Amino acid sequence: MRASLFITCYNDTLYPETGRAVVRLLERLGVELEFRAGQTCCGQMHANTGFRGEAFSQAKRLVRLYADAEAVVIPSSSCVAMMRDQYPGLFEELGNETLREQFRALVPRVWELSEFLIDNLGVEDVGAYFPHRVTYHASCHGLRALQLGDRPFRLLAKVRGLELAPLANLDRCCGFGGTFSVKNGDVSSAMLTVKLEDVLATGAEFCTALDNSCLMHLGGAMHREYAPMKTIHMAQILASTQEHPAEVMG
Amino acid sequence: MSAADHPVLDPALAPPFPVAALPVLRNVQLRKNVAHAIDVIQAKRARLVAEKRDWQELRSAAAAIKDETLANLGAYLEQFEERCTAAGGHVHWARDAAEARRVILEILREAGADEVIKIKTMTSAEIQLNPFLEAAGVRAYETDLAEIILQLGRGEPSHIVVPALHVNRAQVREIFSRAMGLEGLSDEPKALTAAARNYLRQKFLEVPTAISGANFLVAETGGVAIVESEGNGRMCLTLPRTMITLAGIEKVVPRFADLEVMLQLLARSATGERMNPYTSLWTGVTKGDGPQNFHVVLLDNGRSSILGRKTERQTLRCIRCAACMNTCPVYRQTGGHAYGSVYPGPIGAILTPQLEQLRHAQSLPFASSLCGACYEVCPVKINIPEILIDLRARVTDQERHTVGKFFDPMYVGLRVANVIFSRAWLFHFAQWAGRIGARLVTRRDGWIHRLPSVGAKWTQTRDLRGLPKQTFHEWWKDREQGTEGPRDQGNKGAEAR
Repeated sequence: MRASLFITCYNDTLYPETGRAVVRLLERLGVELEFRAGQTCCGQMHANTGFRGEAFSQAKRLVRLYADAEAVVIPSSSCVAMMRDQYPGLFEELGNETLREQFRALVPRVWELSEFLIDNLGVEDVGAYFPHRVTYHASCHGLRALQLGDRPFRLLAKVRGLELAPLANLDRCCGFGGTFSVKNGDVSSAMLTVKLEDVLATGAEFCTALDNSCLMHLGGAMHREYAPMKTIHMAQILASTQEHPAEVMG
Repeated sequence: MSAADHPVLDPALAPPFPVAALPVLRNVQLRKNVAHAIDVIQAKRARLVAEKRDWQELRSAAAAIKDETLANLGAYLEQFEERCTAAGGHVHWARDAAEARRVILEILREAGADEVIKIKTMTSAEIQLNPFLEAAGVRAYETDLAEIILQLGRGEPSHIVVPALHVNRAQVREIFSRAMGLEGLSDEPKALTAAARNYLRQKFLEVPTAISGANFLVAETGGVAIVESEGNGRMCLTLPRTMITLAGIEKVVPRFADLEVMLQLLARSATGERMNPYTSLWTGVTKGDGPQNFHVVLLDNGRSSILGRKTERQTLRCIRCAACMNTCPVYRQTGGHAYGSVYPGPIGAILTPQLEQLRHAQSLPFASSLCGACYEVCPVKINIPEILIDLRARVTDQERHTVGKFFDPMYVGLRVANVIFSRAWLFHFAQWAGRIGARLVTRRDGWIHRLPSVGAKWTQTRDLRGLPKQTFHEWWKDREQGTEGPRDQGNKGAEAR
């Protein structure tokens, strides 16, 4: 199995440890990974802030870059949701038939990480070891746009040593929402406070998710509040073994 | 709530959402009331939806009925007019709020009315009917319990189904005892409803003219349908001699049988009931029974401008159940007043700016984290996030070349980001430059506690981890070249917090 990693702009810049974990995890499972140096951003930030033309040019760039990839793996549900939900509209309005054709051919080969593991590779037990109490935050895009369902839980259930702490109001947004978090900073903060109460009430050592964007939001508040919990992308938990424990930061 | 905090629900005058949200965010009691009320309704809704095995099919059927209607709206409205007129009703067409108000006042003058009783109608709030009538010398009395609370307490609606959900029992007691002169009134629901009933019975018996909204207009029969919980609507439909129904043009459904689908969805979605307590259906005038003088005012007020857009047209499917606001995490924090319109929540965020044809309420499409909860519960499958994003693009197109926005830090940032993302080498250069710049603001614990400009809105409640020493693509390159070394660990600063 060969696959191309789209790391996403903010993981590349802010959370390289997530990318390193994806590489370790997938190579351990026998996937031949490649990384295309030309990649930048999927265009979600521009699309969701009303910059349609800019979002289109980034979307076009991405589709062309991966046109010949066997599979594209993305450790971020919101970027996958951007491609599946928003690219069709952008290409319909601003693109030409060649681009639309290229996109239609590419989109079935685009996978969010947990989809790739379960639906493509057919593994639930990835041989991970992570002896900690962990709670799982379902990002809105993973939950509603990608309909990930119980996939994340099936993967976590097979991690040795991991104790899952269930999170109340699992389907409630953390209030990040990209530029919403600054455009409507006060409302976003109020939403975050409510979410953080539920997250901290789990008494877990770690809060994990399939999106570093939510984790940046939750983790930022945890650090500000001196909360006894850290955030960690699920790729890092799944990559973690007894010999190579997860790189835990922040 | 102080006078300075009195909410403004006129989109032309209301402050932008982030500003209008501030007084509410400071009002702990109000936020508690809102969160409690919608959590209760949502839980009831979820239980009743779960027992309905054909829920998804019902949603699809309702969306299809509405889409068919909207595709032939003119024809169905004309059919409604024809059938309603044949049944003894009078149909009026109003292009905008001003025309609707004028038409209603003319009918009232003709009937010689200086008082009118009202069934709960958000459409009348949309056209700001009550203050207009008041100024013209006609006193309007609300008969819906929540509307009475607001009218007597001089409050503003914060929800379309439960307009006074931000007011709690103790506050209702205060309002009633002051306005009705009832000292020693208890805050037991029984006592409060009894007080309202005493107040209302007199109005029902004395006032011979009524105004209603409509939940549905049936083209096939020319009939009108109203659903309600308290029975006050039924009273208004029985005793008065003159009845005026104000309805948005999107309220029409083609066939009587369509109500079978709509009513199942509406009650469950709106109040978490299998069926609403009172469903009233009437067609024109029935000799010797109910109002003998019946008028329908069909209101456009910006609706037809939405019809021409494929994505946005879905907005007009709305049956005003409020499930979207009951599930919305933004609304849960802000309540309805922050939306500066009588239509709050996710549906308000898409409907209000469109009714205003984007001349006002431009901040509303941005008042969402795009979490998608509204779309999930919408009984007529309005893809609200998709419409929000479309409207954001239209607002941005409108604003981006204005002087104020051209130099707005966020707009500048997004333009620069677009250039950066267009070439990988530029992106990599920007990452390098960002890493240098971040050193200025990164504390010794490896975290950023305070950012300038737009970033300050982030750091007012959140820290941001400092930039790692090595990006992922740099690590990958080192690894390919076999020079993967100590830098692999990277980010030492951030590790030691």
